[in-house]
Amino acid sequence: MAKQQIPLTGAQQLTIGKALNLGLRRALEDDPKVLLMGEDVGRLGGVFRITDGLQKDFGEDRVLDSPLAESGIVGTAIGLAMRGYRPVCEMQFDGFSYPAFDQVTNQLAKMHYRSRGRITLPVVIRIPYGGGIGSVEHHSESPETYYAHTAGLKVVTPATPRDAYFMVQQAVRCDDPVVFLEPKARYYEKGEVDLDAPVASAEPLFASRVFRAGTDCTVVGYGPTIRVLRESADAAAEDGRSLELVDLRSLSPLDLDPVYESVRRTGRLVVVHEAPTNLGPSAEIAARVTSECFYSLEAPVQRVGGFNTPYPASKLEEHFLPDLDRVLDAVDRTFAY
Amino acid sequence: MPTSTSAPRRRRRPPTNPAADDAQLLAFYRQMVLVRRFEERAARAYTEARIGGYCHLNLGEEATVAGLAAALDPTDYLFATYREHGYALARGIAPERVMAELYGRTDGVSGGWGGSMHMFDADTRFMGGYGIVGGQVPLATGAALAIEYRGGGEAVVCLLGDGTTNIGAFHESLNLAALWHLPIVYVIVNNGLGMGTTVEQASAEPELHRRAAAYRMDSARVDGNDPTAVYDAVRTALAGARAGRPYLLETVSGRLKGHSVVDPAKYRSRAEAAALAAADPVAAYAVRLHGAGLLTDELIAEIDADATATVAAAADFAEHSPHPDVSTLFDHTYATPVPNDARRLPGEPLFPVPANGVPA
Ligand SMILES: Cc1ncc(C[n+]2csc(CCOP(=O)(O)OP(=O)(O)O)c2C)c(N)n1
Ligand SMILES: [Mg+2]
Repeated sequence: MAKQQIPLTGAQQLTIGKALNLGLRRALEDDPKVLLMGEDVGRLGGVFRITDGLQKDFGEDRVLDSPLAESGIVGTAIGLAMRGYRPVCEMQFDGFSYPAFDQVTNQLAKMHYRSRGRITLPVVIRIPYGGGIGSVEHHSESPETYYAHTAGLKVVTPATPRDAYFMVQQAVRCDDPVVFLEPKARYYEKGEVDLDAPVASAEPLFASRVFRAGTDCTVVGYGPTIRVLRESADAAAEDGRSLELVDLRSLSPLDLDPVYESVRRTGRLVVVHEAPTNLGPSAEIAARVTSECFYSLEAPVQRVGGFNTPYPASKLEEHFLPDLDRVLDAVDRTFAY
Repeated sequence: MPTSTSAPRRRRRPPTNPAADDAQLLAFYRQMVLVRRFEERAARAYTEARIGGYCHLNLGEEATVAGLAAALDPTDYLFATYREHGYALARGIAPERVMAELYGRTDGVSGGWGGSMHMFDADTRFMGGYGIVGGQVPLATGAALAIEYRGGGEAVVCLLGDGTTNIGAFHESLNLAALWHLPIVYVIVNNGLGMGTTVEQASAEPELHRRAAAYRMDSARVDGNDPTAVYDAVRTALAGARAGRPYLLETVSGRLKGHSVVDPAKYRSRAEAAALAAADPVAAYAVRLHGAGLLTDELIAEIDADATATVAAAADFAEHSPHPDVSTLFDHTYATPVPNDARRLPGEPLFPVPANGVPA
């Protein structure tokens, strides 16, 4: 993030990155038990500068520069949480969260269940995710399915600066472990955030949201694909088609009531994500919508997502990632039945 | 499986590379200048948006590249990190294929799929660059075990950074190698930094070569700015490894620029940057060879012109190499045929799976 000098009150135009930075700042101010840890999060301010300036203001004991050891970072965060702290761990990129996968799935996700509720682990794992930055595997992955598939973890992802600012604070306050996925290709997108609004005024962390009303087809996305949804709805409107858009915001738990309600009106559903569709979030959503809205559906649920390949060569990623054309194709298909 | 009590199983042959003679001393210099010019050209291509993603350069590491590569036999295996362009060149991969890979083109060593971080070339036994820190270390250890089983005289050299010594896979691997007496040399390229974090901030034992003590492994630290010192040290280490005594070598050099091309390295003070530039290994080595009467001003200019021409030709080649075709997007996900494999992009023709399952 460029060093914008932003007054910390009132309504501000912020990037998603800066909104996360200010949200983390608030979290550190609000609760002395909150700690940030990760590689280069302190002096450097993180590879994407999300923690910029926080070590300077809160000290090395609150914002810890860890050695290069993801498993160690998450493992020690769990130990800290067992003794009452609220650590927020940064993984530098999606693919680098996998060395910590053991700690996340074997310990973090299971401790509350295993201890029969005696131990809570309010740990947040922040992971920049998704493609579209011209880089290859490890730096462009969409790991949400792994985490959402693991009971005991909650998985959320903001798509706007406002959500970024509030959701990161809500995640820190949550007594369950939260995998917090940040759409890295969108860090620089701007939007208004009211910095005076209390966290309590924000929507619940695990709620999805209809962010554009429409009548002809429901399109669901989250994180990096929200922009694609917006562009698709604009283009469809020019063709006289009205899309209703839903931002899931949370992948575990899934809040699908607004989706059911929408599909009962539109009769059509397209689900869009960068993760491969093969057993991906859209598979679960299609299954649930099919059982809840069977008699309302005019067409099978259509899915737009990554293919069943590893993340491809950078020159081909535009073919791999969902875009306006693929979303509109899918919308067309729902009208072909 | 070699057991923990078994002695090294066989006497491997002594090192074949002789101590560096004058020709070798000059060859080091040529190699270093080529790497320097190549990396400068790569940085330029990056700022011109011909190279995308993340791109980590060997600037400051040239002496280590030259000394290390010369010490390997052609049949030895090299596992690298994502900071691997120089090693790929020094291993003998044509500069145009390395550059084309950076450009993401089909003539690249990985067909445009690897980019800066994931070059691979079986012919030169260059076993890959790796984008996950530490990912290569257990793999290299396994390749050494394979040598043991197959009964060859080869050895594996596994590169890693100073920061990488703090990841679990490093320790797991060293323990295995020592336990099983594997023919492997781990080389820690200590450039003082893992991104913006110094060795002292990250490592409880900042003399990194001493970590070998935990595994009763031989080790040494050597000046990574001196190609002859690196060459000698790697030869010594390889001799031990070939005799079943794995080795941990630490080379100490500087990273002249940021962690990757996009990193302005603001965490480094002006004085630190100036000190690094003053210790530039390429310039220092030129002065040394000049003093020894091996290099003249004319020869310096000639070597430089050669390297510049080679690199310009590589960039030109890369520029004209085709982009990967979208029809190849699905190839090689699996080695065996997958029934009902969906090899189709929406709205585009079906790319059929050939009967033998092997894409054209
Ligand atoms: C598992 C993993 N974690 C984090 C990263 C991001 N990362 C890439 S290089 C690097 C620093 C590595 O430092 P070092 O081992 O000293 O090698 P150098 O870059 O200095 O050559 C980091 C943190 C990564 N690629 N993989
Ligand atoms: Mg380093």
